[in-house]
Formats: sequence, structure tokens, C-alpha cells
Amino acid sequence: MKDHSILIGGQAGDGIRQAGGLIARLLAKLGYHVYFWDDYPSLIRGGHNFSVIRAADRRVEAYRDGVDILVCLNEDTVVKHKGRLREGGLLIYDSGVFEAEGCGVDLGGIVKECGGKPVMRNIAALGAVARTLGVEWSVLEDVVKAGAPKAMELNLKIAKTAYDAACEAEFHIGRAEREALPLLQGNEAIALGAARAGLNLYVAYPMTPSSSILHFLARHEEELGLVSYHPENEIAAVITAVGGAYAGARTMVGSSGGGFALMTEGLSLCAQSESPVVFVLSQRPGPSTGVPTYTAQGDLFFALHAGHGEFPRLVVAPGDPDQAFRLTGFAMNTAWKYQIPALVLVDKNLSESTYCFESREDEVTREEGLLFDGKGDYKRYRKTPDGVSPLAFPGRGGVVVKGTSYEHDEYGITTEEPRAIEAMQEKRLAKGPGLAKEVDGMDAVAVFGDEKAEVALLTWGSTKGACMEVGEEMGLRVIQPLVLEPLPVKALKKAFEGVTKTIGVENNATGLLSKLISYHGIAVNEKVLRYDGRPFTVDGLGKRLREVAK
Amino acid sequence: MSDLDLTTYAENTWCKGCGNFGILAAINQALKSLIGEGLPPENVVVASGIGCHAKIADYIDLNTFYSIHGRVPPTLTGIKLANRNLKVVGFAGDGDAYGEGLSHLIMSAKRNVDVTMIIHDNSVYGLTTGQFTPTSPAGFPGRSTPRGSIEEPLNPLEIMLASGATFVARGYTTKLEHLVDLMKRAINHKGFAFIDVLQPCFTFFNTYKYYNDHVYELEDHDASDLEAARAKAREWQRGEADKIPVGLFYQVEEPTFDEKILRDGMVLAGKHEVPDIKRILKSMS
Repeated sequence: MKDHSILIGGQAGDGIRQAGGLIARLLAKLGYHVYFWDDYPSLIRGGHNFSVIRAADRRVEAYRDGVDILVCLNEDTVVKHKGRLREGGLLIYDSGVFEAEGCGVDLGGIVKECGGKPVMRNIAALGAVARTLGVEWSVLEDVVKAGAPKAMELNLKIAKTAYDAACEAEFHIGRAEREALPLLQGNEAIALGAARAGLNLYVAYPMTPSSSILHFLARHEEELGLVSYHPENEIAAVITAVGGAYAGARTMVGSSGGGFALMTEGLSLCAQSESPVVFVLSQRPGPSTGVPTYTAQGDLFFALHAGHGEFPRLVVAPGDPDQAFRLTGFAMNTAWKYQIPALVLVDKNLSESTYCFESREDEVTREEGLLFDGKGDYKRYRKTPDGVSPLAFPGRGGVVVKGTSYEHDEYGITTEEPRAIEAMQEKRLAKGPGLAKEVDGMDAVAVFGDEKAEVALLTWGSTKGACMEVGEEMGLRVIQPLVLEPLPVKALKKAFEGVTKTIGVENNATGLLSKLISYHGIAVNEKVLRYDGRPFTVDGLGKRLREVAK
Repeated sequence: MSDLDLTTYAENTWCKGCGNFGILAAINQALKSLIGEGLPPENVVVASGIGCHAKIADYIDLNTFYSIHGRVPPTLTGIKLANRNLKVVGFAGDGDAYGEGLSHLIMSAKRNVDVTMIIHDNSVYGLTTGQFTPTSPAGFPGRSTPRGSIEEPLNPLEIMLASGATFVARGYTTKLEHLVDLMKRAINHKGFAFIDVLQPCFTFFNTYKYYNDHVYELEDHDASDLEAARAKAREWQRGEADKIPVGLFYQVEEPTFDEKILRDGMVLAGKHEVPDIKRILKSMS
């Protein structure tokens, strides 16, 4: 099996993420499956940033502890990561800045000589890595052209000079079998899934790790035929989305825990006014500010219970960009079908890590909600057996559309009459069975690894990446619910058939999914939890599972 | 004037003598007049927040969105962004607009969103039974300030002028025709239009006599002169002897937020094309 890992590190401002992205692209071009974790503290300059790029000839969605190539733009990176270098591995360092054992390339000197800016050491590092991997120059040339189009000529010159100056190929990485796949971060897949399901307006206030949805949609809004908007705060974001949905636009908002907390009054407004809005909640360690640029899965119960009052909602929890694409599309279409809030619950690891994307675009398309047929008087909140009232929007002649946060009659006029209150509450809750059926009708539970194994890992979100790989290695069954509300209990029970021991694996401190599942009569025997802001590595998880399996 | 009946079957529950009746009468007249002049009634959307004022959504038989406290400006923005052909008129109380939701009001003015905000400014929370608001005079003995409010009031007009509102006016509920005229001009204004309406609360803070004695209509005022508008806005500092000007303080035409953000005049509502993402995916490989 081909399985290579490269770590590149330096200070914030050294362009580590860009270099990591280009290395990932290079490896994907060679036909590898790629996973790329970007590790950075919350600061603009200084500190320590690093990227780990893993490439293998089968799907990988997590990184290993050991690396084959360690690229150090500063000495700090050597000190911090030298221990990860595998036997036979190679250390590449900027010999113009410090001395170390390995392949020294005067990256800074090359950049200076070519007339570049100091940050372009990252491009020089890329050139050196490519040479070390035995990659032909023409392949690297294409990657630089596509991936660093700004100041392209200069970047090419720097890359080529470093390529020529670096040590002869120590690794002949060769090519893997498959054709190059697009590389997407989870947030980009969310954006594209929403766009394919008819997103018209994305409204968000920046908050790591959700911000790149806003950046991506702002950059591509013309091509995608939608509008992105960054208002004064998350409250304005969600309320703008509600106003837009009321008037007939498909809207989505995105944030992390703190910003989503501010959106909860808007979430309840969606429920009462029956305005379909998609919420993306990308988790990072909390409570409060917590650890802004790292990963966690601590907001599961928050997503399930946010908002005051009782109402149906959809919560999907993708674990990779392909799932994120499909499930965000499902969330948008389902929100409009049932006129409910729908949450896409992800984590920093999925949001900001880069993966190979295998879906076809037509796996998601816009599905229409129930529209008013023009017969009879229009009542925005008409009672129907499945609780779904036909939609009409302002601007349509002969129709008055009264949306409201207040308890109301069918027309949308306020009521405080006990029978009317009861009836409207029941009308909204009547959507529950249909929604549950909708979830039953999809593959709401994914199973990986050995599907017949008696020991199962229960996991969710991006943690499924490490579980999938370790599960295969150790011959375990891996069960990942894709929808957390309504919980696909039937499909889960089926997935657990024949399981004698269940181990919950989550990026949180208390085992939230294990707790949730136990409410439905599925026992979780052991928990393997990580809550230091980092995702599970394949090795780390394997080691802990072997202890538990004893 | 259209003869369209804008009343609904909702029972009006405002107190007898409430200034809100004047605002409801004025907006109905203003809208009927605009509908008579050709504005399609289906293109009007009224939004309100929470408080006594907000019931206005139940009392007007047009498209309405009864939103939540403080959040009328982003509600309006969302509606306008979804469909820029709509005439969007928001109502909010002084606690709602100047307390809970001041940031939204300021930012909507800053962006020059093409909507109208009409504030029922009675300087007291009515529906929660009589607490001080951001425009209550210092010393106001509300239920949360039994020894008198220790804060000075805000001057909403100064805030709106400083924030970039392109139409700034003040009305008074008893001057019905004057208010109708202001509302029509505000709704016709291209850009963020703001009217602070002096609206006495008959039950908790009856200011009729004070306003009747002090309010006068602006005359010989150049509404295109920002400095003159500022001076006029400062004229009333809620002092016993102050005169209270009402009318149009300031109006200027500037490009609007919605026309800038909605490329080529696009209407998002009803835009159903599913985008082709193949090129984007290709660029990522």
C-alpha cells in the first residue's frame, strides 16, 4: 500500500496553508487520495502553523502520527515535529535561516535571488518537496499555474530554482492509479451542496471555522447565481435569512457555537413563522470562546435543543465533503418541503480540512416545496393532515401573505385562544412523522469497516474518517448516523444487529452521541474520547482502541 | 385614493386614546393613496417588531411579517433582498428600535437599504406595563426606575443623521395629514427612510398636552442641508421650554444597498436555476 505523509511548518504569515494546499494538489494530480489538516493558532503573525498532507492509494480522511517528509521553514518546526519523522524519512529545511540534519535548501536566498517576497519561501519549499518526491517538473509546473495564479511567472521561477537546488529524489512517489479528483474542504462542499439545492442568499458574520463558506460563496457568487451578504452580527444574519425566506428566497446562515447561540431566537422564529432556513453550525472547542481554530464535537445537544419552544427540525451531520454536499442539499430541500429550520452540524476538522471529492454534481438538485395552487382563499398557515401549508410569496396578485412570530390562526392573525393555540402547535408538530419518513427513506446511517463484526465503533461527523480506517485495519464495524434529528432509530438498530460490544468514538469530553443513542435503547459499552482540540489520528485512535478492546 | 378596504377581522386591542390609532390611520391613508396612484397592493409588505405597535401587522390586510423585538430592520432587509420590487415598510416601538435593535437600525441606515422605518416613539414600554425606554426623559419614574430614570435620553434623529439615513423625518400622531404626507414621501423615497413618530401612550405616559404645546411644523427648512438638519434635530432636547419641530429634516438620494448587492437587478425569489458547478470543481483539481 502506498501511504505518504508530509508535514510543513512555520510561523503564521509564512504561507503554510497555501504550501500545504499546493502539495495536496500535487499529490492528487498524481492520482492519490489526499487528506490535508491545517493546524494554526488564532493569531495573524508568529506562532506555529503546520499542515499535514497525507496521500494514499485508497481513501484517507485522517492523518497519521508519523511523517515521511518534514518541511521546516523555521527551527521551531524542527523542535516540535522532529520526533514524528519516520525512519528513512527526510527533513527539508531553510538552510539560509538555520542548520539542521537533512536536506538544506536556501529557500529565503532563492526567493531573494528571484526577486520575490519573503512569503514566497512557501513556493520554494513546494519546489524542493516535489524534487524530493521525484515528481517531474512539468507536473509541478501545472500545479503552480493552477494553484498560484497570482504572480505566476515569479512563482514558477522560484519553484523551479528550488526544485533544481533540492536533493535528488529520495522518494520515488510515482503515480497512484486513479484519475485526479477535485480537492475540497468541507465548507466548500457545504456551499456547493446548498447552491445546487437552489440557495439564493447566504448571510453570515465571520466566525472560525465557518467563515470559509462565506469567503467561498462571496468569491463564486456570480457563477453560482446567488448573493452573499455579511451583516452586522449573527442576529441580523439569521433574521435577514428569515425575511428572505418569507419573501421566497432560499437562504442559509452559518456560524460556530457563539454565533449560533445568538441565532437561536431566529431559529425559534423560523419554527413559529414556518420559514425554511438552513443553519450551518461548525463546531470548535467550547464553552464560550474556547479554542477558536481547533476542532470539537461538543455542540450536538445544543444543535438538537437550540431555540425555545417545541418544534420539528432537521439536523444532519456529515463526516466528509461528499456527505456534506449531499446532506446540505438534503437539508435545503427538506427545509423547504416541511417549512422548518434545518441544521448542518459539522466541525473544524471537516470544515477546514481538505479531502478528495468524488460526488457528481447531479447528486444534488433543487426540489420544489408545496406551492399554493391559486384555488380558494390563501391562508399562509392552512391546516393540512401533514402540517405543511401551501406556500405563496409577497408580490403575487390576489394573495395576502401574513407571516408571524406570534401564535396565530390559519390566516396569520394573532390568537391567544386556547383551542387555536393547541391546534396550531399540533399543526406544526404534525410535520414530524413526514419528516421522520423522509429520513427513513434515505441512507441515514453509514456503515464502514467489517459490516459483520461484533464489535462496533459508533461515531459521527469527521471523526468517522479515523474510525473508518482503523475499523478496516482492526476488523471492526463502524456505524455513523448521518441524521441526528429525527434520529433514524430503525436504521440504527438494523446497523447494530449482531453487535455485542459498542465503543463510542467522539471528539468531545462526555460522549454526546453515545448518550443520545442510549435514550433509544442502544447501549454503548466503552467510550474513546478526545477533547484537546485535535482530531483523532489513525495511530492514536488505533492505540486507544486496542487498549479498550482488551 | 384607492377604495381598497385594508382592515382585517382582528379585534383592535390598543387602549382608548392610544397614539397608535393615528399611525394606523395615517399608514392606511398613505398606502391607499399610493395604491390609487398605481402601487400594486401585493407589492407592499409591512413588518413589525414586538410591543403595542406590532399589532399593526394584524390590523392591515396586506402582506405582513410580525417579526420579533428589535429585529425589524434585518427583516426588511431580507424581504427586500429576496424581492427588490416590493415596497417594504417597517414599524417598531422606541424600545424595540432604539433599545433592543439599535445596531440593526444604525447599520440599515448606513447601508441605505431601500426600505422605510416608522417608529412609534412613546418613550415608554406599554405592553410590559410602563418601564423607561431609550427616549424617556431623565427622571422618568418607570416601574424599573421607581426613583426616576438616571439616564439621559437618546436623540434618534441625530443618530439617524449620523448613520447615513437618506430620509429623516419626525411626525406627530395628532397631525394626521402631515403624517400621511411624510409616510408617502418616505415610502416613495429611494433609500433608507426613517420617521420618528411622537406617539403618546395614553395609559403609561400621556404626553399629549406637552406635545400639543410644543410641536410645530418645519417651515423654510432646506432638507438637502445636512448641517441644517442636524441643528433642527438638536432643537428639542426634551426640555420644558423646547420647541419640537416635526416634518422632513433631511433627504438626499444615494445609491441603495439592494441595487448594489443585487447584480443586474436580479430578483432572488423565484430564481430557480440550478447552477452548473463543473467548472468550479475542475478548478479545484
